[in-house]
Amino acid sequence: MIPAILDTPAPHERTLRRLSDLLVRRHNLLVLILLVPPLLWLGMVYLGSLFVFLAQSIFSIDEFSGTIVREPTLATLAELFRPANFDILMRTVSIAAAVTVLCAIIGFPMAYYAARYAGPRAKAAFYLAVMMPLWSSYLVKIYGWKLLLAKEGAIGWIAGRLGLGPALEAWLALPLVGGPSLSVSYTGMVLVFTYLWLPFMILPMHAALERVPSSLIEAAGDLGASPGRTFRTIILPLALPGVVAGAIFTFSLTLGDYIVPQIIGTSALVLGQAVYTLQGTAGNIPLSAAFSLVPILVMALFLTLAKKMGAFDAL
Amino acid sequence: MRVQHLLALVTCGSLSFQPAFAAEKTSIDKGEGSVDIVAWPGYIERGDTKKDFDWVTDFEKKTGCKVNVKTAGTSDEMVALMNEGGFDLVTASGDASLRLIAGKKVAPINTKLIKSWNSIDPRLQKAPWHTVNGEHYGVPYQWGSNVLMYRSDVFKEAPNSWAVVFQETTLPDGKSNKGRVQAFDGPIYIADAALYLMTHKPELGIKDPYELTEAQYKAALELLRGQRKIVQRYWHDPMVQIDDFTNEGVVASSSWPFQVNLLNSQKKPVASTVPKEGATGWADTTMMHVDAKHPNCAYMWMEHSIDPKVQGDLAAWFGSVPSVLAACKGNALLTDDGCKTNGAGNFEKIHFWRTPVAKCSTQSAGCVPYYRWVSDYIAVLGGR
Repeated sequence: MIPAILDTPAPHERTLRRLSDLLVRRHNLLVLILLVPPLLWLGMVYLGSLFVFLAQSIFSIDEFSGTIVREPTLATLAELFRPANFDILMRTVSIAAAVTVLCAIIGFPMAYYAARYAGPRAKAAFYLAVMMPLWSSYLVKIYGWKLLLAKEGAIGWIAGRLGLGPALEAWLALPLVGGPSLSVSYTGMVLVFTYLWLPFMILPMHAALERVPSSLIEAAGDLGASPGRTFRTIILPLALPGVVAGAIFTFSLTLGDYIVPQIIGTSALVLGQAVYTLQGTAGNIPLSAAFSLVPILVMALFLTLAKKMGAFDAL
Repeated sequence: MRVQHLLALVTCGSLSFQPAFAAEKTSIDKGEGSVDIVAWPGYIERGDTKKDFDWVTDFEKKTGCKVNVKTAGTSDEMVALMNEGGFDLVTASGDASLRLIAGKKVAPINTKLIKSWNSIDPRLQKAPWHTVNGEHYGVPYQWGSNVLMYRSDVFKEAPNSWAVVFQETTLPDGKSNKGRVQAFDGPIYIADAALYLMTHKPELGIKDPYELTEAQYKAALELLRGQRKIVQRYWHDPMVQIDDFTNEGVVASSSWPFQVNLLNSQKKPVASTVPKEGATGWADTTMMHVDAKHPNCAYMWMEHSIDPKVQGDLAAWFGSVPSVLAACKGNALLTDDGCKTNGAGNFEKIHFWRTPVAKCSTQSAGCVPYYRWVSDYIAVLGGR
């Protein structure tokens, strides 16, 4: 009785076997089945809701009642070019650009040292030091910086002790970067952003620099190139993909942040805050959707340029 | 956030077609075992933050209704949560309460079932932010006023006008106020400017700081643009303002009693006043959802919420004023001076927060609606 059952496979087992045969023969089918759940998630839940939101930007808000008029119009998108709104865009992009440049300048020597000179022990310490700020809470770090940058805070105190008080005052008296104190100036905001996103710049740079073959650098030296020339013609071009990859992080992170500007800076709004305020009590969803389009376009432009520079080869 | 908002919009749209459904309750039966409340942070304390501040544990023991609190940080969040449903009560401020009533999200309250109703401050019993067409849509919880906070080491006497934060002047210490004052960073602050103009430019004919005609609105913006030049920072987070008064040399700003109490507890030379122009303020109401799953427990909580002990403890905790005047006396946490410190005497001088709408009662030509306040205040912050 029992052997007989084992001989002929049960109908249930037969379908399973047929299914597995099918999947082996039709390779694409298996891939499709595996991809359906994540694609559904990404396509419908993520992209779907994003597009529904962005599509609102072609609607407008009724001037009189404040209700949303669901008729396609370009008026809302044109509103982005009103001086007050355009200011917000320019301000945000400039801050992001300044933060990116500053991160690259500060991060490069650190990454270069770790990639080329540090021994195994120093390298471990380097990784730890770079990653450590990421372990503590984002808000704690910002509030910490607020105390450092305050008028009667640590930086002002140290500057005063070193006799640099007048220099700090002179800097704060400058028109754009200055303000009543560091913590309510663009200088402070850029400093905090730079501190926050620096690890995201150093790590890809380090990865790219490690891949620069030392033989090339030695060859350049043997052929009589000065250190400056070696840097310009060998190291920088080869490490550039890493720099650009890091820049993508620092630039996009700054572009989207709306917490730091609430605590540090001049109180003038940046993109994220504008979107947040407009879609809140104001109920001006069309304009906030129009604002959200901007970082997407800016990042698309940035990524296209980055791709041209080979940034994605370093990922 | 975005998805949530869309959802809220969709639900708003679909529910607005439903007929009004508001059968009033006539009796309170046995509790359902729990009650779900949407509240401002710090409004419903069970002794987790500080042991003395607990007005939930006793209620749970007495009624068997377990209290579940969902905190919300903004009025919009509260409206969105109530639109989604699943809650029994909400502690709504003046801007949310009328929206909830208009959206038919909250039910009228049978005041006969609230035994202590008559103990409520008579000035609040029929307040327009919860009374519509003679129906009460909730039980007043607490109220408070925005105050002018100042450094008492700079001002020997309390400043008697908001002018110290609106216009460049020389302060008693001989230095200019430029870069040493703050303003609130919400668009509703335009109402503070309008309130100031009510006294200083009577020819504008402002009757209500939340109901502004084009011309009045323009004048308020003009004042705010001038203020931009002397403001050190537009404050948003109370903790940041506390730090600014401590470390940044800020000497005067519109503020909440909360910051004043906290700074005083740190022995900082800070005091507050309501200047002669008056001030803006907020008043919150406990309101019940139309589809509340636990109406009996909800009614029990509403009764409990105006218990003098609860009201006094809460006022001490939050820096607000009780809606029951009996709470002002003999409360150990609030002390007998507490109500005065938190501004109980200023009721008549306070213009309670409301959402500006296009159709307004005091101006026949119509008013500037809130969404324009938002975009224009953004421009003011940006220096435009």
